[in-house]
Amino acid sequence: MNINLTLLAQAVSFAILIWFTVKFVWPPLLTAVETRQKTIADGLAAAERGKHDLELASKRAAQELHAAKEKASEIIAQAEKRATEIIEEAKGNAKIEGDRIITGAKAEIEQEVNRAKEGLRQQVSELAITGAEKILRREIDTKAHADMLSAIAKEL
Amino acid sequence: MSTEQALTPASYIEHHLSFNAKAVGDGGFWTLHMDTLVMSWLLGAVAFGLLWWIVRGATAGVPTKRQAFVELLVDFVDTQVKGIFHGNRHAFVAPAALTVFVWVLLMNAMDFLPVDVMGQLYHNVLGLHAWRSVPTSDVNTTFALALSVWLLMIFFSIKVKGIGGWVHELFCSPFGSNPLVWPANFLFNLIEYVSKPLSHSLRLFGNMYAGEIIFLLIGMWAATGLSGSIFGSILGAGWAIFHILIVVLQAFIFMMLTVVYIAMAHESH
Repeated sequence: MNINLTLLAQAVSFAILIWFTVKFVWPPLLTAVETRQKTIADGLAAAERGKHDLELASKRAAQELHAAKEKASEIIAQAEKRATEIIEEAKGNAKIEGDRIITGAKAEIEQEVNRAKEGLRQQVSELAITGAEKILRREIDTKAHADMLSAIAKEL
Repeated sequence: MSTEQALTPASYIEHHLSFNAKAVGDGGFWTLHMDTLVMSWLLGAVAFGLLWWIVRGATAGVPTKRQAFVELLVDFVDTQVKGIFHGNRHAFVAPAALTVFVWVLLMNAMDFLPVDVMGQLYHNVLGLHAWRSVPTSDVNTTFALALSVWLLMIFFSIKVKGIGGWVHELFCSPFGSNPLVWPANFLFNLIEYVSKPLSHSLRLFGNMYAGEIIFLLIGMWAATGLSGSIFGSILGAGWAIFHILIVVLQAFIFMMLTVVYIAMAHESH
């Protein structure tokens, strides 16, 4: 154990090594590490943001889908309603048309009946006149009773 | 092992524990331990040159394995410093702690070199008659480090609190500012200021010196015969494995105390 000049020499060496480390070793490595830490932190933050965005987007997509479904069902309901309306309208029209046809047919039938009645009346009156003529020709002077006979023909 | 001397246990140990001293002036003080200086400079140059070379190409992107290793080391030191020192540690304290840890660790690690093999190598290949491998088992190295830290401690104490604040602290802590307790306070602080560098340096020196001596004792046992060789080898291996722990632990303790002392200097009482 002898203290000598070696001590001072070693102290100087120590000082030089510390100076060297402080100046040339520590700062570049610290810069590199801190830059990388920042890059990683930024990356993680970006990933977090991306995740958040994705969540928002899927939420919006779900909303859109929901809205579209609602719209579709609304359209279907409207279409069904319209279809019912069209059917109802068609039913109404058909009924009116049918009624009209029935009415027309009835009127025609009545006309036909009236015409037949007229024809029959004409024939019956002619027949009656012919019959009466045949009977009266023997007993009644045609000239004397003409007024009376035409009056009867009118009443028939 | 020197051949000129008679081979006794005392001469063996004495030989292994003598420095390669070089006188640069009159008197015992003007001596340089060339082995201590060269080994520590070599280790410092290689270690910090390597760190500098790796760090110069440091990228903020995907690091190479080299860079990842240095980052692990730096992060380990930085984490320790962060827990103790609350201030801008990147300006000085953390890099200084890294310096202490790496340098002391490597100087301690020289203890793993087998003493006799290295002795033969130094003697026969390099022509050096006395050469010790472990700079930290030279008390000059550990005192140089501890006293540097001690000076830094006083420097930061004055820098942070001002010369008045520092003197005030010398006299008014830990017992209070009553003039009656000033002598007690000053005595207390004096003891603290003396004991800090002593315990700081002697702890490291003692551990490394003791480690070296135990290797030498085991080596001596190995020279006594066949059974001594067998058990000496086994014991030597065991001590070397245990020494891995001591080498790293002492480097770590030295670094932690350095950080603690400098951090304490930054705090006001």
